[in-house]
Amino acid sequence: MSSTPGSYYLPNPSHWPIVGSIGLFSLLLGLALAINEVNAGPWVMTFGGVVTVYMLAGWFGTVARESEGGLYNDHVGMSFRMSMLWFIFSEVMFFAGFFGALFYVRVLSVPWLAETDLLWPGYAGGWPTAGPAGAVPILPDTPVQEGQFSTIGPWGIPFWNTVILLSSSVTVTIAHHALKADHRAKLIIWLAITVALGVIFLFFQAAEYIHAYKDLGLTLGTGVYGATFFMLTGFHGAHVTIGAIILAVILFRVIAGHFSPDNHFAFEAGAWYWHFVDTVWVGLFIFVYVL
Amino acid sequence: MATAEVAHHDHHDHHPTGLMRWVTTTNHKDIGTLYLIFAFIMFLLGGAMALVIRAELFQPGLQVVDPHFFNQMTTVHALVMVFGAIMPGMVGFANWQIPLMIGAPDMALPRLNNWSFWILPFAATLLMSSFLTGGGGPAAGWTLYAPLTIQGGMGVDLTIFAVHMLGVSSVLGAINIIVTVFNMRAPGMHFMKMPLFVWTWLITAFLLIAVMPVFAGAVTMLLTDRHFGTAFFDPAGGGDPVLFQHIFWFFGHPEVYIMILPAFGIISAIIPTFSRKPLFGYTSMVLAVAGIAFLSFIVWAHHMFTVGMPLVGEIYFMYATMLIAVPTGVKIFNWVATMWRGSMTFETPMLFGVGVVFLFTIGGLSGLMLGITPADFQYHDTYFVVAHFHYVLFSGSAMAMMGGTYYWLPKWTGHMYDEKLGKWHFWLTSIFFNIAFFPQHFLGLAGMPRRIPDYALQFTEFNVISSIGAFGLGITQLLFGYIVYKCIKGGEKATSEVWDNPEGLEWTLPSPPPYHTFETPPVVK
Amino acid sequence: MFRLEKVLAALTTTFALLTMAAPVGAETQRWGLNLPTPVSPIGHEILELHNWIMLICAIIFVAVFAVMFYSIYAHRKSKGHEASQFSHSTFAEILWTVVPVLILVGMAIPATATLINMEDTSEADLTVKITGYQWKWNYEYMDYGVSFYSNLATPREQIENKAEKGEHYLLEVDKHVVLPVNKKIRFLLTANDVIHSWWVPEIAVKKDAIPGYINEIWTLIEKPGIYRGQCTELCGKDHGFMPVVVEAVTEEEFDAWVAKKVAEQEQSSIDQFQLGTESLVQTVEVGALR
Ligand code: HEA
Ligand code: HEA
Ligand code: CUA
Ligand SMILES: [Cu+2]
Repeated sequence: MSSTPGSYYLPNPSHWPIVGSIGLFSLLLGLALAINEVNAGPWVMTFGGVVTVYMLAGWFGTVARESEGGLYNDHVGMSFRMSMLWFIFSEVMFFAGFFGALFYVRVLSVPWLAETDLLWPGYAGGWPTAGPAGAVPILPDTPVQEGQFSTIGPWGIPFWNTVILLSSSVTVTIAHHALKADHRAKLIIWLAITVALGVIFLFFQAAEYIHAYKDLGLTLGTGVYGATFFMLTGFHGAHVTIGAIILAVILFRVIAGHFSPDNHFAFEAGAWYWHFVDTVWVGLFIFVYVL
Repeated sequence: MATAEVAHHDHHDHHPTGLMRWVTTTNHKDIGTLYLIFAFIMFLLGGAMALVIRAELFQPGLQVVDPHFFNQMTTVHALVMVFGAIMPGMVGFANWQIPLMIGAPDMALPRLNNWSFWILPFAATLLMSSFLTGGGGPAAGWTLYAPLTIQGGMGVDLTIFAVHMLGVSSVLGAINIIVTVFNMRAPGMHFMKMPLFVWTWLITAFLLIAVMPVFAGAVTMLLTDRHFGTAFFDPAGGGDPVLFQHIFWFFGHPEVYIMILPAFGIISAIIPTFSRKPLFGYTSMVLAVAGIAFLSFIVWAHHMFTVGMPLVGEIYFMYATMLIAVPTGVKIFNWVATMWRGSMTFETPMLFGVGVVFLFTIGGLSGLMLGITPADFQYHDTYFVVAHFHYVLFSGSAMAMMGGTYYWLPKWTGHMYDEKLGKWHFWLTSIFFNIAFFPQHFLGLAGMPRRIPDYALQFTEFNVISSIGAFGLGITQLLFGYIVYKCIKGGEKATSEVWDNPEGLEWTLPSPPPYHTFETPPVVK
Repeated sequence: MFRLEKVLAALTTTFALLTMAAPVGAETQRWGLNLPTPVSPIGHEILELHNWIMLICAIIFVAVFAVMFYSIYAHRKSKGHEASQFSHSTFAEILWTVVPVLILVGMAIPATATLINMEDTSEADLTVKITGYQWKWNYEYMDYGVSFYSNLATPREQIENKAEKGEHYLLEVDKHVVLPVNKKIRFLLTANDVIHSWWVPEIAVKKDAIPGYINEIWTLIEKPGIYRGQCTELCGKDHGFMPVVVEAVTEEEFDAWVAKKVAEQEQSSIDQFQLGTESLVQTVEVGALR
């Protein structure tokens, strides 16, 4: 309420949160129904999805207007920055759970299974593996026969995707410097390149998934290898998608004339998020593809 | 409409009234109240389920419910208590108290604060709706162990999604608290001047952000194992059921400290006030909380001694677990030292304060015994464990919240509560609590497993006693509801200090504090 | 069914523990207030360890709260006690950090020794493979090829309160696990569906039976007798109804029992084979079920 200059901005009552709760609730309820083959499921889910998107657009729209309206002082900006960093930390921990699962199976449980001759005679363990009752791994990137699977070698598309994402981290930084120097044209170009690189990454990733499913016999159901592979790369891909959408929205705001050299929290938050997504990929490249 | 919001933002009268006031509020006091009311409703709901459990266990044989429903009661009782009663209750205290204690105008992100709360009723609905599905609610225990959870019906999926929502709520709430503490302190409110309650919440919030996402990941793996053919927990595909337990307890152990640390904060506020002495060993208290939090990340497998870990693992987890007794002991000793040579009075909050210290220690010591691996092989999954965790959770967390409510209620409502009824509430709660849970130690030692709907004859006596105590305990809590209601409605006017010269910024404000406080920050000397 | 003596004994024990005036041991075991009297070496070690840590905890508890209650008594405002304003003492704080550490070391040493003993399954005389099912146990004597299922034997009517409950209500099975005394027995545990846990308190064996993996644990039973236990990992609807009954017998009796089992099993598979109705694999299973 108080907007005396220099004081902390406190927003008025807002209906966006409750809209968000209804959206999230419907989305998840619908998903639960859908995966249990209840007919209403997809409809409830769609409703929830639409409401959630409406909430996000409305809520962030409000924030953007308040920001452009000059209501936020540095103190508020600091709150936003801290929140974003802690949010990214929570995301890091989310991925940590899945990486933990990967390390656990590779280092501990698969070797234990291999030792358990009484139950799994002849199972040799090793990595990749689809388990004692699963398909047999063969060399990477090799067409497979019935009962086999092949993995995706690191030095093809995954390598190029690494290059793409790393460069996109550089381009977004260039854009940031341009913003700080108030070079709008340069900013737009480099930010657009960043978004484009993200999209290209996703395109390659999708191509690879299709290849894995169609030619390599590698699916979500290919034992614990398939599970860890697709869950890690899949959640990463989802985060790239979100990051690309964030950056795209910011690009539109830039084109609409938003942000100034010293007031552009949203841009920074998007860039941080992008660096985070990039860092996770490096971990993935090393532990999922190379090693 | 959003533009309207911007345009009107400096008019104080642009506020919805009635129900919409509570739905759209961005005020930390309103949100704190919402959290506390929600927590109390959930407490009654979870308690009602506990009473179903205790009714079935009153006598050997199956009388009240069938075994499958019994398992659902056990599971949902715990989920509701942990995620519905204790955690939101503590966040309620944080919302009310942290801005008042550090001299902030509100929480750092008020709109997000509203959302953190308003996710909860929806998550609770999702969880409870599982009872309406064919297979019923989740029945694999609150620990949701695979592969048993893989077998459940749609109720399990609803539970998983409820957990996701709860996770979002907790993480957003925790971010808000951390940022508030870091960024919103009044000038001069240095970190080492903050009330201990703020410290405990700061550290708790960190724990929440660190472990809730891991839990979300764990249940996501359950979901994909159930529906999308992954093999995380399926040995035939190279997975391991025990992997779930590791991930769960990596979350689950810090989770129990998430529930107790703010309670420690409340106790650290109450005891000095009624001893009329400053808190003993402030610095070591802060360090102890940090130490407990650190250790909480590296002891998780003490819940899994019987799964067949390698020997070195068992030894390591035993030693690490035992170490937690040291910082926790420091806290207990410091509280006793605070009372030592004070000038004590025993109003209801102090009764709860002393009661919590006393009873929590019983639970802590049994925890230490559980941490000793070879002995845990006998205690594990028996009622000895059930006794342990109700001593730390009920007579630790829940009773600390009751004490905190009596302590700050006059501040919040502007009225004194009924002291006489408050004392009755304390004594009845403590006595019935012990009748309900002390005998469970004996049951466990004698060999009664937990999570069973029916038991062998030699366990009869103590189960009878325990059930009687539980029903007494339950009914007593209705008295608590009545006292709070009565206090909100009216009563003797409270002064701004309420108690005898208590320490802290909140006592410099009138009771009740105005809707907006510290709009110009106070200066802390 | 409700014995007042037991309750009184509980109160006395609690009191005795808190004041440490009475011997806590045999008496409390008789009333089922402590761990049951063990009949295996590890069982003895655990009981001793338990009594030891219990005693330390009781002493700490009494000491801490003696101080607290004295303070509550003596330093009350109503008695006119003035508050002093001290707020720290480095010496005291160091003291109550270091002393607990030492106490913990005193607990950790015997605990570690017992733990190392427990995990040593080498040089066993006999190996029994135990498989948990929803909701029964399968036992396989690896050295003799004997195998059978063991189910709850308590009649439904007793559970549903339509009949008087028997002495071993819920703790009785159709087929006991027969084991020889004074032999080192190694158990291999696994499960077929979800996680179970095989527990017999007196012989100090509790270990999870996990599908797809094998856990090991051992015991040595010192006294012939019948020892009862239960599944201790929530395994679904009938988790409370899959007890374990161990019958410890002398070596001769054990050999005789094994011989009988082997003969029975052969006989039943021959019978089945001659009928020619089912495959051999199945007949062994069916035979085992009898
Ligand atoms: C608020 C919640 C809370 C708290 C604070 C604690 C505190 C502790 N817990 Fe507890 N615990 C639970 C909640 C909690 N626990 C729950 C819910 C479960 C069951 C989960 C499930 O399976 O469903 C559980 C289960 C559990 C187990 C697993 C048992 C099993 O399943 O076999 C273990 C094992 O180590 C354990 C240990 C401890 C220890 C060592 C502490 C320590 O923090 C205690 C420290 C305190 C003291 C020791 C007392 C005070 C100290 C002194 C007076 C100093 C002097 C003391 C000495 C030198 C000894 N707990
Ligand atoms: C977090 C805190 C918490 C709290 C406060 C409680 C409170 C209580 N618990 Fe809880 N309990 C757990 C956490 C908690 N529990 C956990 C984590 C488990 C493990 C679950 C598992 O194994 O998976 C457990 C398991 C558990 C068991 C073991 C079940 C089993 O193994 O099968 C038992 C049995 O006695 C029990 C009893 C009780 C009782 C009697 C209370 C009492 O304190 C409750 C007091 C009663 C009330 C507050 C009721 C008041 C209401 C009314 C009088 C009616 C009005 C009703 C309406 C308006 C709807 N609990
Ligand atoms: Cu088998 Cu519990
Ligand atoms: Cu723990």
